[in-house]
Amino acid sequence: MSELIKVGMADYKVGRNPSSLISYGLGSCIGIALYDAVAKIGGLAHIMLPDSTQARSAENPAKFADTALPLMLDEMIKLGALKPRVIAKIAGGAQMFTFANATDVMRVGERNADAVHMLLKKMDIKMVADDTGGNYGRTVVLHLDTGIYRVRTIAKGEKEL
Amino acid sequence: MSDEILNLSALQLDALREIGNVGAGNSATALSQIINRKIDMTVPKIAIMPLGEVPDVVGGPDAMVAGVYLRVFGPAPSSILFLLPRDSAFYLVDMLMGREQGYTTTLNSMDESALMEIGNILAGAYLNALSHFTSLTLLPSIPALAMDMAGAILSVILIQLGQMGDHALVIETEFTTESDGVKGHFFLIPDPGSLNTILAAIGVKE
Repeated sequence: MSELIKVGMADYKVGRNPSSLISYGLGSCIGIALYDAVAKIGGLAHIMLPDSTQARSAENPAKFADTALPLMLDEMIKLGALKPRVIAKIAGGAQMFTFANATDVMRVGERNADAVHMLLKKMDIKMVADDTGGNYGRTVVLHLDTGIYRVRTIAKGEKEL
Repeated sequence: MSDEILNLSALQLDALREIGNVGAGNSATALSQIINRKIDMTVPKIAIMPLGEVPDVVGGPDAMVAGVYLRVFGPAPSSILFLLPRDSAFYLVDMLMGREQGYTTTLNSMDESALMEIGNILAGAYLNALSHFTSLTLLPSIPALAMDMAGAILSVILIQLGQMGDHALVIETEFTTESDGVKGHFFLIPDPGSLNTILAAIGVKE
């Protein structure tokens, strides 16, 4: 049965064909989609922060890229995905408000994107699409039948990754 | 360790609610004078909720909203976010610019300035109350505006909170005009550590 699985902020979900995974309203957060095109199994993580080691609390591992991704990959493998076939597509990492003197606090989207790039490299997962940056929100859908990662925005239209 | 806000006492929560009450009252009065309409405000809700649930307060993460964001400088750095549903933002702009209701469907740069100025005035009125209670000098930055999905706009403050814990302390007030044309949500989100400074300044730190 085709099902639309919602992924909240600081959460991740996995699923298989013919379901889809959706996450609404990404701003500076990043939606990381992992997909195995042969098994048609995928996962979507809505991470808020790059690195659990720099934070003062680490209760919810789905909040951080470096802890969410290995957990999500494990669950995909349990469903039958094979790690060498898994590819990544990412979207989000915007800077929603522009100040003349943007501090580090404001540039968290950019830092998130950089950290996810490095993490994927470290985990040896190939990143095939990247739609990060800008100053607008995104809603993302990962279609598990095709692996298409659809990015919807309000002012910048819709694209398929 | 983390999530210090889960350990707040009833007295501390009451104190924060009262600050919210007076601050929001000041803001509502200011807004009422600018648009020359009676403004009703709800008694501020003070809620401690998981970060992911905050966007539901304003209609869900994909609801279209206008957000005016300001940083607060001083001994208790914080963020202020004033969120309006899209239709309320258009309504407010029409009112401010002396146009017929329903005229605005997109914001031009003049409209954006007007909304930022509203955010500025509301934040100033709110901070006045907070400064008065705490004897802390708190100053707002210039405002920034975004019109986008509520989840995306809120992510800016939720990410800051995410570094501290998994919960947000939301002091939230809803404004409505008598004709029910404008609805707004006002959020004051203290930075990590600032909450303690505020509680100590009003004498309810345990």
